Amino acid sequence: MTREVIGMAFILVGIMFDFFGVLGLVRLPDVYNRLQAATKCVTFGSAGILLGVFIIQGFNNFGFKALLGIVFIFLTSPVAAHAIARAAHRSGIPLTKETVVDQYQEDNELKD
Amino acid sequence: MTLQNRSRLFVFIFSFLVWLALTSVRDMEEVVAGLIVAALVTIVAGKFLITSEKSGHILRRIFSAIKYLIKFLWEMMKANFHVAFIVIHPYLPIKPGIVKIKTKLTKDSAITVLTNSITLTPGTLTVDLSPEKNEIYIHWIDVLSTDVEKNTKTIGGKFEKLLTEVFE
Repeated sequence: MTREVIGMAFILVGIMFDFFGVLGLVRLPDVYNRLQAATKCVTFGSAGILLGVFIIQGFNNFGFKALLGIVFIFLTSPVAAHAIARAAHRSGIPLTKETVVDQYQEDNELKD
Repeated sequence: MTLQNRSRLFVFIFSFLVWLALTSVRDMEEVVAGLIVAALVTIVAGKFLITSEKSGHILRRIFSAIKYLIKFLWEMMKANFHVAFIVIHPYLPIKPGIVKIKTKLTKDSAITVLTNSITLTPGTLTVDLSPEKNEIYIHWIDVLSTDVEKNTKTIGGKFEKLLTEVFE
C-alpha cells in the first residue's frame, strides 16, 4: 500500500516535469533553447515515471526493465541533443535575436 | 591475457548478466538464448570497452565514480528546477549564447562523459567539440561572461577533477 503511494507520487512528479518540458518547447524562442528544455525536464520527468514504476513493481524483471530504461535515457538524451544542435548550427539555422554571443560561429569563420 | 581479450570477456559477462536481469529465468532455453546474444554482442562490439591500462587503484576509482555520480545527480536536479522556473516565468528571463571552454581531459571516454554531464547540468548544452578535442562549444541559456578561462571554471571545473581521477 505505502509502496504504491510512493510510486504514484514519483509518477506524478515525473508527469509534472514532462509537462514543464513540453511548455518549454512551446514558449522558448529558437531550436537551441527549446533543446535545453527538452533534454533537461524530460530526463527528470521520464526518469521519475520509470522510477515510480520500479517502486510499484519491485525487484522482478518488469522493474529491472524500468531501471534499465532510466540508464538509457541518461545516456542517449544528451547525445541526441548534441547531434540536433550541431546539425542545426551547421545548416545555418539562426539563433534568436536575444543572443549575446556566438563563439562557435566566430571560430568557424576564422577557419574558412 | 591481452587487453582486447580482457575487454571481450568483460563485455560477454556484463551483457549476459543484463540479459538474466531482464528475463525472468524459468528454463534452460532462455539461458542458452542469452549466451548466444551475449556472444553476438561480444563479436560486434567487444573490443571497444577497455582500450587502455588505467593508473590508480580500482577502489579509489570506484570511490571517485560514486562521488561523481552524487554530484551529477544533484546538479541534474538543480537543472530541472532551473528550466522549470524559466519556463513558467511570465517574461522568460533568458540571455542565450554559445561560449567556448577548454578541457584538459585526453581520453575519448572521459570527454564523452564530461560533455554529457554538461548537457544535463543547469542552463548548458554541448553543441560541438573542436577537431583537436581540447575545446568544447556550449550553448548557455543565461550567459554570465564571455571569457574562456572563467567559463572553463564555472561550467567544466566542477566535474573535470573528479573525472580525471576516474578515467586517467
